[in-house]
Amino acid sequence: MILKTTIQGVTTAVKGLLLTVRHLFAARQQRQVLDIRRDDYFEQGQGVTTVQFPKEKMPIPEVARYQLDVEIDDCIVCDLCAKACPVDCIEIEAVKSPEAIGKTSDGSVKRLYAAKFNIDMAKCMYCGLCTVVCPTECITMTDQYDRSTTKLTDLIYGFAEMSEEDIAQRKEEWTRFQAEKEAAKKK
Amino acid sequence: MAELLIHIIVPIAIFGFIALFTLFAVYAERKIAGFVQDRLGPMETGKYGLLQTIADILKLLQKEFITPAAADRILFALAPIVIFAAVFVGFAVMPWGPDLLPANTNTGLFFIMAVVSIDAIGILMAGWGSNNKYSLLGSIRAIAQMVSYEIPVGLSLIAAVMITQTLNLNEIAFQQGVLAQEDIFFFGFWNVTEIGGILAWNIFQAPHLIVVYVIFFIATLAECNRAPFDIPEAESELIGGFHTEYGGIRFAFVFLAEYAMMFLVTMLGAVIFLGGWNTPLPNMGALKLADWTTGPFWGIFWTLSKSLFIVGVQMWIRWTLPRFRADQLMDLCWKIMIPVAFICMAISGLWRILVMV
Repeated sequence: MILKTTIQGVTTAVKGLLLTVRHLFAARQQRQVLDIRRDDYFEQGQGVTTVQFPKEKMPIPEVARYQLDVEIDDCIVCDLCAKACPVDCIEIEAVKSPEAIGKTSDGSVKRLYAAKFNIDMAKCMYCGLCTVVCPTECITMTDQYDRSTTKLTDLIYGFAEMSEEDIAQRKEEWTRFQAEKEAAKKK
Repeated sequence: MAELLIHIIVPIAIFGFIALFTLFAVYAERKIAGFVQDRLGPMETGKYGLLQTIADILKLLQKEFITPAAADRILFALAPIVIFAAVFVGFAVMPWGPDLLPANTNTGLFFIMAVVSIDAIGILMAGWGSNNKYSLLGSIRAIAQMVSYEIPVGLSLIAAVMITQTLNLNEIAFQQGVLAQEDIFFFGFWNVTEIGGILAWNIFQAPHLIVVYVIFFIATLAECNRAPFDIPEAESELIGGFHTEYGGIRFAFVFLAEYAMMFLVTMLGAVIFLGGWNTPLPNMGALKLADWTTGPFWGIFWTLSKSLFIVGVQMWIRWTLPRFRADQLMDLCWKIMIPVAFICMAISGLWRILVMV
């Protein structure tokens, strides 16, 4: 009994040792980064798997869920993305405009100014729901994923392009328009 | 005066060597671990991570001495010194080359067996002094393991000493090469005194000595608490075992002792079984390879390369085999290795009487 377990122990130990020494010498080569759809994807069982991240990067798919980007010129400030967001990481403040401001690239009419369009990437859970609901497809996911900062607030991305005076002016314009409309109604 | 200076310089040189070896071995260990597991190991500090262990030791040196409030202060502070000193003193009788050793004593092997056992007391001091249940459990396991495995080590050494007929490590090394005074027989039938090389090593002087060397290797692996016999440290169960509470330079000394112990036992194995400082290249006719590669510097080179090779094997084993359970550990020692070692010892006696005469 004890002899049998000993012999078994020795043979399995030798088997294991041979396996590890094969890997030890195979570590001279690096494993290739292959597309998972390739037939030989699981064939390479030898070589170092480490990807030394900041120096070398693995290819990532074109359409994937990484950091958000907003093309503010195409945005009609409809607030749908903020409503869709499960974690409420999008903060939008709109200023109404008396007349149409212009058109987005897909032809939708813009009637609102985006005074504030902040996305807190620290809160974002990368679900991609905002990109789905966007009517003008101005909010998209990019291929950027490596954003580490020392300050948490650095992860709040502001996409609005209006200056303080601009906002004040637009607000004033709107209140004036409102007042004019009131006055017209009274007449 | 000059003699006194030598007595001071030699230990410092050996300490320096041990420190360098530890730095190198930890780096090698991590690299081998990485390669075996298809990783790269340390890569960031310096080229190929070469400065990693230097950064580690600098970090350890800067750390504060922390003694747990409930610890036995004296035992806690003394333990790393005892652990390291026990191993360090062992190097006093190790031959590095022909007549190149700190102390040429007739009881060299006996001395090593005696001082290395003190290591167990140091580990018990560390575990008890820390006043931590994991430390204590670790040191209890360590004592049980080291005391048990001392027996197969001792028996395998006796089996070899029966063949060599001396405890002086310098003489044992001399008997295994072209500089031998007595005749050497390869497996007891072929006189290889003039040929030397690998054929004259003790391991080939009697067939059972190969088995004895395997026993010695496994038992010493357990003696220095290395995987797969690392149940005293057992990171996954005991945090760090007996050195859980240690930090900074005290931890560095415990670590240094572990690697010094590794080197000491591999070197002892090399001296007793693998020809010590003797070359593995035999004399072949006009090619006097053995004569050409024997000398003080060649001696140091061969001792180092043999020991480092065996250290490499130890690391290879560490990153292959899983840890033994405590009862399996005792089974292996008491039910297999000790009986086999006893049989080998008996064969050694018979070999001496019947074959070597």
